[in-house]
Order: sequence, then structure tokens, then C-alpha cells
Amino acid sequence: MKLNSSCIKVEHANKCFGKNQVLFDINLDIPYSQILCLLGPSGSGKTTLIKLIAGIDVPTSGEVYLLDEKMPKLSMMSKIGYMAQADALYGALTAEENLRFFASLYNISKVKQKQRIYEVMELVNLSNDLKKQVKQYSGGMKRRLSLAIALIHEPPILILDEPTVGIDPLLRKTIWDELYKSRDAGTTIIVTTHVMDEVEKCDELGMIREGKLIAIGSPNDIKRATSSNTIEEAFLYYGGASQ
Amino acid sequence: MKMRAVMMRILLQLKHDKRTMVLMIFAPILVLTMMSFIFNGSDYHPKIGIINAPMSFVNKLEDSDAKVIRYDENTSYEALKRSKIDAMINFKSGIPQIELEGSDPAKNNAVLVLVQKAMQQTTQIVPEITYLYGYENMSSFDNFGPILIGFFVFFFVFLISAFSFLGELTSGTLERLLSTPLHRWEIIMGYILGFGVFTIIQSALIAWYSIHVLKIMMVGSFGFVLLITILTALIALSLGTLISIFADNELQVIQFIQIILVPQVFFSGLFDLSTMAPWLQAIGRFMPLWYIADALRNIMIRGKGWSDIAMNVLILTIICVFLVIANILTLKKYRKI
Repeated sequence: MKLNSSCIKVEHANKCFGKNQVLFDINLDIPYSQILCLLGPSGSGKTTLIKLIAGIDVPTSGEVYLLDEKMPKLSMMSKIGYMAQADALYGALTAEENLRFFASLYNISKVKQKQRIYEVMELVNLSNDLKKQVKQYSGGMKRRLSLAIALIHEPPILILDEPTVGIDPLLRKTIWDELYKSRDAGTTIIVTTHVMDEVEKCDELGMIREGKLIAIGSPNDIKRATSSNTIEEAFLYYGGASQ
Repeated sequence: MKMRAVMMRILLQLKHDKRTMVLMIFAPILVLTMMSFIFNGSDYHPKIGIINAPMSFVNKLEDSDAKVIRYDENTSYEALKRSKIDAMINFKSGIPQIELEGSDPAKNNAVLVLVQKAMQQTTQIVPEITYLYGYENMSSFDNFGPILIGFFVFFFVFLISAFSFLGELTSGTLERLLSTPLHRWEIIMGYILGFGVFTIIQSALIAWYSIHVLKIMMVGSFGFVLLITILTALIALSLGTLISIFADNELQVIQFIQIILVPQVFFSGLFDLSTMAPWLQAIGRFMPLWYIADALRNIMIRGKGWSDIAMNVLILTIICVFLVIANILTLKKYRKI
């Protein structure tokens, strides 16, 4: 085995649900302190792939390594901040109670919890709505709270499934600024999206189509390789080529 | 401790959801109260139309609290047809001819018993009657009250646990929980403890209300009743979460109730099954509600002690442990580790 310097590694991962194969031979090698964007139409297998990486699901064949540990492994779960596509929040509870509940699942001390809750809620601009029941939140507010919960235990790996859906451009910028800041502090981040302009903001871009990783590289490399001016053109280029 | 965090979260959710909490406690109490009104009613006094009968016979009927109305042949037939009376009696050459309204077997029976009693010779020896269990004029509510307590605890706890766990599945919070370092057993045990605390209070209240307010016959120990109802709640709780793992939506949960709960009611002893084929009766032995009802009846009506319910307690405990393990294993469907 070669010396492993990557943070997230996916090797020949296939995933089938019954007879239906949704991921075909995925290989990823993501170094530390990087933002990887996974771009692809809905139903292309983005969510399945990140569930494999997050250890919620296992590949039918192939391997996933996180920080040199083979997934799935329960102790690795605390190293991941996961934000699902659906806002997995308890509507009857207040934002603070939601945060405190998830924080206690990571064994964060009471004092630290208080400090972290303040920090993440500041970040997503929800500090004034801390005591509000989540069912009174708007869609965008729920999205932001989900992000705050994913960040609560300061994980070295962040996995965000469409984090900016329903968030206004101003706040989207704040969130991306924050993602850059955590990346510079050493966090490795995977973001799925189907918004093209967000893709330009990442270090590395993976394009997924019908369960296959059709391209991987920095946004500029991909544009150059396909001699396109925009990511959209590049995506269409690969899409056409695969047919 | 993470299990405690799950438990506290559930209690917190219940605290915020006051309507659910109030419904969970008052719905069974309301239904039990209504059933006690229905089944505690005094004996039925049949209404009998008389066309022609000896005076002594009519007096005897009236002595046994029957409502006797005199008719001639035409009007009595009309009254019978309109169900104003339950039977008409006409003596023809000393032999009573009885025509019954006939649509309600219980009323038919009441009339026949009464007539037979009135025909009997007064000089008969009256037997001395004693009761080993129960008492004279014991109402049918006393008889199946214990089963109802067991059933309602089972039913309402099953409902709340099935729906709330299903909510966890459909809202994605379960997947979110499974992305944290929580063990599967910590989720299930946290659930059972969280709802357990609440359902224990609920079932104790139901038992207390039935015994002290509705005055269901109770000669045994309240502690044993509590023990059985708590076991009932725990079984219903773990069965509810187990079912919701297999159900995709609320409608399917309701359909599972028909398969899982309704047959248990039939075999619980609410209806007398002793005339059924023995192998059919044996089906009841595979249903938790049978053991619950059997134990509660033994405690409440027959005043039996630990040695008579120990077997039921053991079997119920085994069922409970089995269901909890089944829950932890089936949760693998959502996360392999």
C-alpha cells in the first residue's frame, strides 16, 4: 500500500440497490484542506456517494477511507459534520434545544456547548431566533440551522448535501466565506450542488452523471481540458461525450 | 451519556407538544368511562304484551320487574311489529303461546327466562349460592374491565411510538442521528426510556382511574396491576417502533394495526373462546395481550398473588427483550454499523 496522504479516499466504489446500480466504479482522492464540489443533475447519485463517504451506507464493492481509516466505522462518525438534503430537525423543539441535543451526541461539555451554539448561530445569522420553535422557521432558516448543527462539533470533515438551497445570495456568500475560513483552518469539505456558479468557488470539482464520475479536477483545469468558457459548457461537453 | 440525550429529547418534545400529552392521557380515560356507562347498566326489564293470561302469571311477571301491557290481539301484533314490546303472550287452553319480537337475542333470552321463572312452582327449594371469585350482580364491566385496561394501554402506547418513530424516519432525523457516533442500541434504548417514562405515568393513571373512579372490581394488589401495565407499555412501545421500521407511511401503520392489534383483541379473552376448537384457542398463546389480560384478570378479579402471575410476567419480559433486540437489528436496514 502506498503512503496515504489523502483525507478522503474512495476506491472502485460501486453501489447497487437490488438490481439497480446507481454508482459505477467511483475513485476519489481528496487531500486535506480542500473543498470538493460534486456537480450533477438530481438522481445522478451525488447523495448516494456522500452517504458512502459519511459512513451511513456501505458500497456494494470497493472501499472508502477517511483519515486513513476504513469506513464505515462508528468512531469516525464524530469526525464528520453531515448536513442532509432534508432538514433533519425536530420541529417541536427550539433551535437551541436542537443544537444542544446534537451537541450532546458528540459528548461536548455543557460549557463548550454554550460557546459553540453561540458561535454557529452567529455564523448562520440566526442568533435572534435561538429560542424559537423550529416549526415556526422558514425554509431558508431551517437550512441554515441544519448547517449550524453540522458545524457544532468542529469536525475535520464536512459533508454538505446541497447546503445553500433556499438561502439568499447575501447569506450564501457569508456561508461560503465561512467554508473558506474552515478550509484554511484545515477542514476538508465536500459540497454537492446543482448550482453552476457555486462550482467556481471550490478547489476541486467532480462531475457526476448517471452514477459515473465523468470528470474530476480544478474548475479551471476542467474548463481548459474541454476548451469551454463556463462550467456549464464543460458539463454539456462531458455529457455529450458519454452518450 | 448519549442514550440519556435521546431520552431527554423525547421528553422535551412531549413537553412542547401538550396536546399529544393531554390526548394520550384523556383519550383512554374517556373511552373507559364511556364503556363503564354502557356495560354497568342495570339488568334489562323486558316489555311484555299480554292478550290473555291468568292473573297469577301476570303478577309473577310484574314481581320480577317486567313491564306488562295489556293488548287485544290486533293491537298487540301492531305493537310487536313496531318493536314497542319484546314479546306477546297469549294463553290458549292453559298453554302459553309466546311470540317474540326476535331481533335481539339478549332480549329474547330475558323474556324466556322470565316466563320460565313465572311458570315455576313456588314451592321449589331455593339453593344456597356462594361465589369463589366475583360476587352476586357482578357487572360485565367488572369481568372485562381488566382486559380493557390492558388493551388501552397497549393500543395508545403502540400508536404514539409507531407514529413518532415513523416521523423520525420520514423527516430524515433518523438518518441524521445515524450520521452521528450513536450506536443503534443507544437510539432504541433512548426511545424506550424516553417514552417509557411517559407511558409508565400514563398507564398508572389509567389503572388508578379504572379502579378508584370507575370502581372496576379489584381484589388484588395494585402493585401487580402496575407491573403488568408497565410491561404492557414497554411491549407496545417496542412493537410500535419495530412496525414503523417496516412501514413507509402512516397509512401502512394503520394497516399493521389491523393485523397486529385486532386479532389480539379477539383472542385476549374479551369474548369467550372456550367453545372454539382447541387448536384455534391455542393461537392466543402467541399473543402478548392474552398474557396481559390473563394476568390482570387473575390479579383484579381473583385476587391472585405472585406465584400465579410469575409465568405471565416471565413470558411478557421475554417478549419485550426479544422485541428490543429485533428493533436494534432491523435498524441495520438504515445503517450497517
